Amino acid sequence: MTAVSPELDRRFRDAAARESLLDAAYDLVDSPIGTLFVATTERGFCRIVYDAEPEQELDGLARAFGLRVLRSAPPIDPARRQLDEYFHGKRHRFDLPVDIALLADFNRRVLRELARVPYGDVVTYGELAARAARPRAARAVGTVMNRNPLPIVLPCHRVIGANGKLVGYGGGLDRKEALLRLEGALL
Amino acid sequence: MVSMTPPPFERFYDEHREEIFAFLIRRLGRDRAEDAFQETFLRALRAYSKLRHGEHLRAWVYTIASRIAIDEHRRPRADAELPELASLDGRPAFAELEHLADELPPTERAAVVLRYGYDLDYAEIGTALGSNATAARQAASAGIRRLRRKEHQ
Repeated sequence: MTAVSPELDRRFRDAAARESLLDAAYDLVDSPIGTLFVATTERGFCRIVYDAEPEQELDGLARAFGLRVLRSAPPIDPARRQLDEYFHGKRHRFDLPVDIALLADFNRRVLRELARVPYGDVVTYGELAARAARPRAARAVGTVMNRNPLPIVLPCHRVIGANGKLVGYGGGLDRKEALLRLEGALL
Repeated sequence: MVSMTPPPFERFYDEHREEIFAFLIRRLGRDRAEDAFQETFLRALRAYSKLRHGEHLRAWVYTIASRIAIDEHRRPRADAELPELASLDGRPAFAELEHLADELPPTERAAVVLRYGYDLDYAEIGTALGSNATAARQAASAGIRRLRRKEHQ
């Protein structure tokens, strides 16, 4: 048998990451709400995608960060571990570096405020806009949530409508509800 | 002709890893092919962001693999069971050839470089170029004729 063995394949992928030769590494992570496509650069995690089309994600990563995009488990392992703890109810805060340097100023500011919304809590789009010093930008905040590159870790599921409705979620309302239920924010 | 961007490395690796591994096994034997395989794709990865277009990637990665196979052959080792290739002795002269070959059309250049620089046979070159042995032979001899004409100009 002369095929590339899984061990040889893994050895190459590990070495590529260890030698810092990648613009972005990615892997698939199992979770109770579906398989997650997770990617990181040298600076930090840059993508979590529900129901990913891998080919499309590869092209997106290559356009944003560079052509050297490779599936490699070790760089993704910290996120895998913390997501696993989170879904088992054992972790309430993520402690992961995040790379959102390519986003527009406003998006970054809103996402930084979003990161401060604690586990088990919710906030309205308008409140989050006010915290980002743009009190009338509730709708724009909705757009930022919809394009959140790192759902779950940057907890856009904790942002709801002024009337208490869940409103929307990039991964579908079922997932938003499941996450809020896990955190005890929904009865 | 449209200048095409190289694909994300994952796709490039996925497309070529099996044939490159098979090629390295033919050249080096199973044991040494594994290290050479990893080194080939690490070297490709190091150079990947400098590529200006996505054409002839297959010939390009065969060139890297061939070079690594040659270096492996030259390396002394305890359990020497594979004979040294006599044809490798001519390799230094190739430094000049490679430079000259820069001016050839891409397919002819790849054929000349792989044949005379790296000693691949025409069937292997045909595979690398996505054609066949006959087309590879024609491309190599067309390239050599063109180089001779340039030399006499």
